Amino acid sequence: MTEPNDKSRRGFLGAAAVGAAGLGVAAIAPGLHLIEVSQASAPGKGASSKVRWGMLIDTTKCASDCNACVKACNSENGISEVLKDPRQASQWIRKIDLKDAKSGITHSLPMMCQHCEHPPCVDVCPTHASMKRADGIVLVDRHTCIGCRYCMLACPYKARSFVHMTLTEQNPEVPRGQGCVESCTFCVHRVDKGQIPACVEACANAEHNAMLFGDLNDPNSAIAQRIAEVKTTQVRADLKLNVGVRYQGI
Amino acid sequence: MVRLLALMAFLIMGAVASFATHAAGVPKPMVKIEGSGQCIAAAEEMRLNHMNMLGHQRDRSLRQGIRGEKASLIGCVDCHASKSTGSVLGKDGFCESCHAFSAVKVDCWQCHQPKANFKATGTAGAVGAAGAVGAKP
Ligand code: SF4
Ligand code: SF4
Repeated sequence: MTEPNDKSRRGFLGAAAVGAAGLGVAAIAPGLHLIEVSQASAPGKGASSKVRWGMLIDTTKCASDCNACVKACNSENGISEVLKDPRQASQWIRKIDLKDAKSGITHSLPMMCQHCEHPPCVDVCPTHASMKRADGIVLVDRHTCIGCRYCMLACPYKARSFVHMTLTEQNPEVPRGQGCVESCTFCVHRVDKGQIPACVEACANAEHNAMLFGDLNDPNSAIAQRIAEVKTTQVRADLKLNVGVRYQGI
Repeated sequence: MVRLLALMAFLIMGAVASFATHAAGVPKPMVKIEGSGQCIAAAEEMRLNHMNMLGHQRDRSLRQGIRGEKASLIGCVDCHASKSTGSVLGKDGFCESCHAFSAVKVDCWQCHQPKANFKATGTAGAVGAAGAVGAKP
C-alpha cells in the first residue's frame, strides 16, 4: 500500500506550502511547476500529488440559523441512524456559533475535518488505517481500522466520530459501519467524479455561498485566487498542521 | 463402563449418520443469476479469485484514488442483487448462499450496502445531529 508519507517529500511539500500559505500565488515561483498543476484526477490514474484539495469558508456569509451543509452531509454520506445518547452521534460536519466575549460579535461556521497536511490522526494510528491521499484528502481505511480511537484523541479539531451501532442504511458509495472511526472525506467519491462536496453544493443552493472548494495548488482556481486576495485563517495555525480548510472573517 | 460403551456407540453412530449425509451430498447453494450480461471474468475465475480481485482493488481505490476498475463491490451488487429482495444477502442471496455453504464468514456487509441502488434517507440523522449541534459547545 502506498503511503504518501515519506519524510523527504513531506519536507519539500511543507516548505512549499508554508510559502504558498503566506504569499498565495507569488510563492508558486521557485519550487512548483505551474504547468503540471492539474485540476481533477484523470480516471484510472488516481489521486495526484500536484493537487491539494481545500476549502474556504466565509463566516461573514454563513447564517447561524442555517443547517443546510449538515443535512446535505448526512444524506450524502448515509448518516441516518439516531442514537440513544446524542453525544455518540456521528458528526462529519457540525455548526458552531462563536461569540467574542469582549466585543459581543458573533460568528457562525461549519467545522469538519481540516484535512491537515501533517495530520496527527495519521501519525498516531497503529494500523495505518488513518491515511492521507496524495491530493491531501485524509481518510480512514475501515478495512484496517481497529476502532482504538487514538486518532479521535489526537485530532485537535474534534473532527472524528466512532460508529457505535450496527448500520444498515449506508449509501453504496460511502461504506461505513460499527466499530470504526470516521470523519469528513471531502466527499471523495464525488470529488473523484469531478463534483464538489455535498455541503458546498447545499450552501450554494441555500443561497449563502459561504463555502468554496477547489485545488489550493492551482493558481487559477477560485479558491487559490481568493486566498491570495483576502485574509484567511487556519484554525489553530499555531499547531503548524497546514490545514486544507481555511476560514475568512474570524 | 457400560455408560462409556454406550457413549462410544452413540458417537460412532453419529459419525456414520453424518457421513451418510455427506455421501448423499450437502445440498449445493442455489445460485440464481438474475442480471443479464457478462460478468467481468469467467465463473471459474470469479469463484476462485473474487476476493483477491476485490481486495487489491479496494486498496488502490481507497488509498490511491484509482476509480473505475473492473472489479468493484458496487458492480457485484448491481448485477447480483436478487430481484425479489433487492439484496445479495438472505438465504438465497448471491453472496450469502454460497458463503453459508462454504462456511466462510463475509464481513463486507458490515460496512458496504448489500442492496442495489439503495439511497439512504439521511434525514433522521440530520435531525439527530442538528439536535446535538443545538447543544452549543
Ligand atoms: S482535522 Fe483531525 S481528523 Fe482531520 S486530518 Fe486533521 S487531525 Fe486528522
Ligand atoms: S480508531 Fe482506527 S483510524 Fe483511528 S487510530 Fe485507531 S485504528 Fe487508526
